[in-house]
Amino acid sequence: MSLVNLFLRSVFIDNMIFAYFLGMCSYLAVSKTVKTSAGLGLAVTFVLVVTVPVNYLINKYLLAPGALAWINPAWASVDLSFLTYILFIAIIAAIVQILEMVIETFTPSLHSALGIFLPLIAVNCAILGCSLFMQERGFSNVGEAAVFGLGSGLGWLLAIVAIAAIREKLRYSKIPKGLQGVGISFIITGLMAIAFMAFMGIKI
Amino acid sequence: MANVKKLLIEPLRKSNPVTVLVLGICSCLAVTAQLKPALVMGASVTVVTALSNFIISLLRKGIPNRIRIIVQLVVVATLVILIDQFLKAFAYEVSKQLSVYVGLIITNCIIMGRLEAFALSHGPWESFLDGLGNGLGYSLVLVIVAFFRELLGSGTLLGYQVIPQSLYEAGYQNNGLMILPPMALIVIGIVMWINNSKTESK
Repeated sequence: MSLVNLFLRSVFIDNMIFAYFLGMCSYLAVSKTVKTSAGLGLAVTFVLVVTVPVNYLINKYLLAPGALAWINPAWASVDLSFLTYILFIAIIAAIVQILEMVIETFTPSLHSALGIFLPLIAVNCAILGCSLFMQERGFSNVGEAAVFGLGSGLGWLLAIVAIAAIREKLRYSKIPKGLQGVGISFIITGLMAIAFMAFMGIKI
Repeated sequence: MANVKKLLIEPLRKSNPVTVLVLGICSCLAVTAQLKPALVMGASVTVVTALSNFIISLLRKGIPNRIRIIVQLVVVATLVILIDQFLKAFAYEVSKQLSVYVGLIITNCIIMGRLEAFALSHGPWESFLDGLGNGLGYSLVLVIVAFFRELLGSGTLLGYQVIPQSLYEAGYQNNGLMILPPMALIVIGIVMWINNSKTESK
């Protein structure tokens, strides 16, 4: 029950875009057509499902205060948490690189679909943000971290596909000159976020 | 000297990183519910952009092209760790409020964007100024958005009551929606609109 709860929470209530504005840059830049945005959404989900659990393990066995006790009990007082950012971003960059190579060798069709998006993901704030939120909330096991990654990724996918669909239709409407392009996308995202707020009170 | 001025002033309006180039939106929205965290965030980002631009520009001839992204990330991450430790030591309350968004300065696209677009091809001093200008442009938008959100959302500025009590007695209410995430997007959309139509008419 708690895993399902966590999943639904991270997709709808704590949506990466509408509640935390993470990954806005690529969200705005890539959401011109539904097809490419679905590709990027899939890539983000994929990377999140892998990186969040890995970073969870790193955090648990290397970074958290007293985490080094499993190597040597005398190190129980060591606190490496100040290294969090540098280690997390290095791991994300490395995993993205490895994933790209693996996908390229084993599933060329998926690689051509995700293509240029994979390298971009290393600097997508949604990925690092998700890992940092994972650290802040202190999940109790790897499963929870993985579900959180999956849920956040799917929430992001949902948001980017929705805005892309709206922007495709938007081409036929009359928008004031200064507001065209990104400006109107912001306001639409704001309205979508208000709609998503309706999920807030739901307890599962 | 004219060059210095151009590097510093242009990112404030004409090529503002947030409203015109649409970079670094993520953190920009989340920290603007109140003015104080917005000011701290703006200052932190300005420091990081200026210094990272400077350092990368010094190193630019020695960095092999293939691994430059990793080098940049490491430099930026180091600077962000310094900022984070500094905030924790001297402004603990604010650093709690900013929570993960301090760490997210690393992936702030303004920084990577300026490093790629400017620092790799210009000298250290110019790059430093460019970073400073862009950081200030970012802070400017942050402060404008935070100003309106705090004023209309909680009736305060920097924590001080601004809207007089008599107005509340006359039936004025704080707009609670302004503090919630969606309004940040709408406010920034409007700021963008005003900025775009002003720069276009010139």
